[in-house]
Amino acid sequence: MPGLITMDDLSNEEIMSILDDAERLLPVAEGRTYLPLLQGKILGNLFFEPSTRTRMSFETAMKRLGGDVVNLGDVKTSSVVKGETLYDTIQMVDGYTDIIAMRHPRQGAAQYAQDAARVPILNGGDGAGHHPTQTMLDLFTIRQAHGTLEGLKVILAGDLRYGRTVHSLSHALTRFGCELIFASPELLKMPTEIVNDLTKHGANVTETEELLGSIADADVVYMTRIQKERFADEDEYTKVAGAYKLHASNLEGAKENMIIMHPLPRVDEIHPSVDGTRHARYFQQAFNGVVARMALLCRLLGIKVPEVIADGGEA
Amino acid sequence: MAQEHNMRRVTAIRNGTVIDHIPSGQAMRVLEMLAIDKSTSVPVSMVMNVPSKKMGTKDIIKVEDRELTQDELNRLALVAPDARVAIIRAYSVAEKLTIELGDEVTNVVSCTFSNCITTNHREPLAHRLKVMAREPLELRCHYCGRPQDLEELIHNVL
Repeated sequence: MPGLITMDDLSNEEIMSILDDAERLLPVAEGRTYLPLLQGKILGNLFFEPSTRTRMSFETAMKRLGGDVVNLGDVKTSSVVKGETLYDTIQMVDGYTDIIAMRHPRQGAAQYAQDAARVPILNGGDGAGHHPTQTMLDLFTIRQAHGTLEGLKVILAGDLRYGRTVHSLSHALTRFGCELIFASPELLKMPTEIVNDLTKHGANVTETEELLGSIADADVVYMTRIQKERFADEDEYTKVAGAYKLHASNLEGAKENMIIMHPLPRVDEIHPSVDGTRHARYFQQAFNGVVARMALLCRLLGIKVPEVIADGGEA
Repeated sequence: MAQEHNMRRVTAIRNGTVIDHIPSGQAMRVLEMLAIDKSTSVPVSMVMNVPSKKMGTKDIIKVEDRELTQDELNRLALVAPDARVAIIRAYSVAEKLTIELGDEVTNVVSCTFSNCITTNHREPLAHRLKVMAREPLELRCHYCGRPQDLEELIHNVL
């Protein structure tokens, strides 16, 4: 497998097998067991756009497995500002590293980098395109909570138009036969071409502007941030965004094992009162970014994750 | 009869290429796709909207003293996939060629999505569109994965 650019690069069997690896790596990700599977390997972190969780969790994943990381650093002070092409940057980093994690504002940049590179590329987000490593950690989180990915009822809520996270995730969930409910304001609806693509692949999709009414029989509620700048004026934003906020009191009729996820950062779409409920799973989800990326790094570097990993106890 | 009459609209050529069965109104696009409009000094004749048994109406182009290559003709797959092409030598048809649409259309047109990596002209990349379906034609950018609007796409000839 050369790299991971979109979820289409993985079969359902490969997804499940990587999630199995991730599960066994949990004690390593939590720092209870030291397992230097990637000792001597170097990850190049190329983030041409700001990133907190993705960049840090890649770095943590690599270091927990005994590997090392080199960073592009701030784009404003790198050779990119001097006008270096992405092709040239990739050629350079390709020579320095064994694998590259990359985020770029232009859609298609990850595929372009993969065509130019010898080492595997992990797409950490390309414009409004794909974000497959986020999808893998989302799938890990859902499977961790429900024991399966098959046939769940999943609500994706908020900004479905610009969010690459929900685009990649809805494609993946369709492959596992999940029922999808897209809850968003008209302005931020899931792009028609994606909905068409999903239905062509057999998805059961419902589109609604109503979030709260759909919660009662959902297994997963995946929230996203609605950004002010998408609206013409602040009044319109306040009016619309208000319908896509969750408070603990909205969850009374929810299924006991329903989980609430969010790629973070959140602003005020999930009230802090939700944090203490059994449904809140977003911080666990952020942690799962480390373990999912550990499993992906091993897979793409051709390193087998042992079948049994001893749990070293308290970190 | 219609066939003979069409052929008499422009004189027979001694040597060169005849492109027949171009969908009506697409002849200018074909010239543009083949860069014949700007790079050629040889005589070019074109008839538009002439009767055709098979198509109702069609366009025909004749390029004198130039034999178009298979690679050049394959560029036409986007606008005239069913065009018939004949290479003429000494007033006779020496070769018949068909347009072949492969699995990918490379360096013919560029992706129509404004935020695609291919819009950065400094990047030394090949413009690659993957053929997803043939009837009707469906293309997606190899890089950004966006489906392409064919009407929009033919304005992006390279």
